[in-house]
Amino acid sequence: MTNLGSSVLPAAGLPRRLGDSRLNSERRDDEGRTHTMRVLVIEDDKETALFLQKSLKENGHTADLAHDGEAGLSLANDGVYDVLIVDRMLPRLDGLSLIKSLRSEGNRTPVLILSALGEVDDRVKGLRAGGDDYLTKPYAYSELLARVEALGRRTAPEEQQTRYSVGDLVLDRLSHRVTRGGEHILLQPREYRLLEYLMQHAGQVVTRTMLLEHVWDYHFDPQTNVIDVHVSRLRAKIDKNFEKPLLHTVRGSGYTIRDGPA
Amino acid sequence: MTALLDRVAKAASTTAFGLSALAVASFLFAAAIVVGFLFWQTNKLFTDQVIATLTAESRILTSEMRVGGQNKLVETVTALSRPQGGLGLYYLADGTGSKIAGNLNRIPPELEVEGRGGVFSYQPTEDGGATHLAVAIPVDVGADLRLIVGRDVEDQRAFANSIRFAFLLGFGILSIIGLLGGLAVSRLIVNRMDQITSTSRQIMEGDLSRRIPTTGRGGELDGLANSLNEMLDRIESLMNGLREVSDNIAHDLKTPLNRLRNSAEAALRDPRGEEAYREGLERTIEKADELIKTFNALLLIARLEAGPLEESTETFDLGKFVADVSELYTPAAEEAGFALAVEVEQTVFVRGNRQLIGQAIANLIDNAIKYSRGGEPGSTITVNAYRVGGQPAISVGDHGPGISAADRERVLKRFVRLEQSRTKPGTGLGLSLVAAVARLHQGEVRLEDNHPGLKVVLLLSGRCLVAAPNGLDDAEPGLAAQ
Repeated sequence: MTNLGSSVLPAAGLPRRLGDSRLNSERRDDEGRTHTMRVLVIEDDKETALFLQKSLKENGHTADLAHDGEAGLSLANDGVYDVLIVDRMLPRLDGLSLIKSLRSEGNRTPVLILSALGEVDDRVKGLRAGGDDYLTKPYAYSELLARVEALGRRTAPEEQQTRYSVGDLVLDRLSHRVTRGGEHILLQPREYRLLEYLMQHAGQVVTRTMLLEHVWDYHFDPQTNVIDVHVSRLRAKIDKNFEKPLLHTVRGSGYTIRDGPA
Repeated sequence: MTALLDRVAKAASTTAFGLSALAVASFLFAAAIVVGFLFWQTNKLFTDQVIATLTAESRILTSEMRVGGQNKLVETVTALSRPQGGLGLYYLADGTGSKIAGNLNRIPPELEVEGRGGVFSYQPTEDGGATHLAVAIPVDVGADLRLIVGRDVEDQRAFANSIRFAFLLGFGILSIIGLLGGLAVSRLIVNRMDQITSTSRQIMEGDLSRRIPTTGRGGELDGLANSLNEMLDRIESLMNGLREVSDNIAHDLKTPLNRLRNSAEAALRDPRGEEAYREGLERTIEKADELIKTFNALLLIARLEAGPLEESTETFDLGKFVADVSELYTPAAEEAGFALAVEVEQTVFVRGNRQLIGQAIANLIDNAIKYSRGGEPGSTITVNAYRVGGQPAISVGDHGPGISAADRERVLKRFVRLEQSRTKPGTGLGLSLVAAVARLHQGEVRLEDNHPGLKVVLLLSGRCLVAAPNGLDDAEPGLAAQ
């Protein structure tokens, strides 16, 4: 079933510009890194809020703080933010009401909800209120950062991309074909979806939980690192016989796909 | 004596007594109306009879007067007035008012006014004392004569009196018996209530093992006592569960907390400095993550036991879902040296909490992989989804060491980990969570022998089974999420 002869041609009707920019993943990487996000943290616990502000700054983003729901709502409405981090339990105005009121005014800024309530029902309620992602306390900062960056990327104009490429790895969403250096790579459906999600977030760190949620749609704890085995199988297919590895493990966080050093 | 009075006063102040007193009072009131009506009717009948007799007699006397004149009248009245003449009373006087004939001595004062009849009392001459009651009417026998015809009704009065006495006596007896009955009933109820009250006091003071005594005769008070006892049983088992959980939390959370603390301390003391600190902090975070996992599992079990989660109930294809979750574990199982054989029945559609059922399947497969290591190498783990007796079921079987029949019931409890598995990683909450998910779906968990090994069957209620839904999104969930 090898299809070594197939050439990498953009699908018909694919914008030329897009194809070009995607071919140069180095540039995309740089864009991803220098892209400074403006984040508003609405969290009543000052220590947590300061920790988030400091950490986000270390990762090259800026963060404003609000310590109650009302202040948070007015800041969110006045300022231009790429991502809002909203604690669910806030004085004056609770997190969910804040999000509902933002959405009713047409504000579409992506929202990451932080909550001590982590049950299945709470997540559903949070997302139903207009939140875009949900993270349960206590969380790892690396998890939060990965999710904030994924949300921030969303604000970029949604282009219906039909092709992703990192280095010489190309994934064509129309024909469901994956090639590297022109060589056809045969993937299982789940491996294809895993790669698709990773390439969608090329240059970003993607955590195991994010993979579990988006590739499998599972919102439960798999107990062991089952994701790792899936990723290493995928890696064996896309990286093994090639000189330059593209799929990197980010220690303590997750994975990233990029053309260049991890 | 005062004690008895106290008890009576206490009984009289109870609701039961009040109710029976009310019942007796309304019964007496109704009886009084009926008896009063009967009495009035009887009286009227007697009076009507007497008046009819008197009217007939006055007609006879009027015709005597018309036919025979005054003499004939006087003769007849005199004849009728003889003592052996009967119960009739007569008085005939002339225009001046002096008596001509009759057995009455004078016009009774009650009938002084001319032309009026009515009731009066008189003293029969022979008796010399006792007054009798009588009724009389005037008879028109011409302008210069005055005739009164009457009848002694003393017998009727005596009859009425005796009836009245009988009625009053009856009322009295009824009231007394009714009140005594009320007192007895309220004493009975007060006694039972006292038992319930004193039992609940003892329970409030901390003795949860107390139960309300029952008579065993199965009345409504026994029914009440029984359901209260059942409630107490449930409360006691919940309390015991809670106590057990807090004991277990103390044990299973304190141990890792202590380890976490130790590793941080050890890193601080390590002479290697920065490198050791980094390692120590990494270990600390790892251990904190394990603690969080245990804590989350505990909270989830507690939440599941509190009641259903309505928001996230959905309809899905169980077979497809089980195959899907198994696929997630296949590489991990193969890596560990075991095969994962998945066999699912088609079109078993289930309405339930997909994420929680997924968590349960994940826990079961994860356990199976973990415990297969203790059995024959390279064995196969079987995962099945099927229908059994109208119930959707998921089963996961391994060929590990298994669990002895005696221990099977125990491992479903929180934190129970058989000694040989204490060293394995995990929270010890895996199977308890599966059991909680089963209970949430009104199902159960069965542990069976897999010859060799363990087979865990997660049964959901037959009510979770639904007909194949129309237009169910056929797309893979992973794709739909994007």
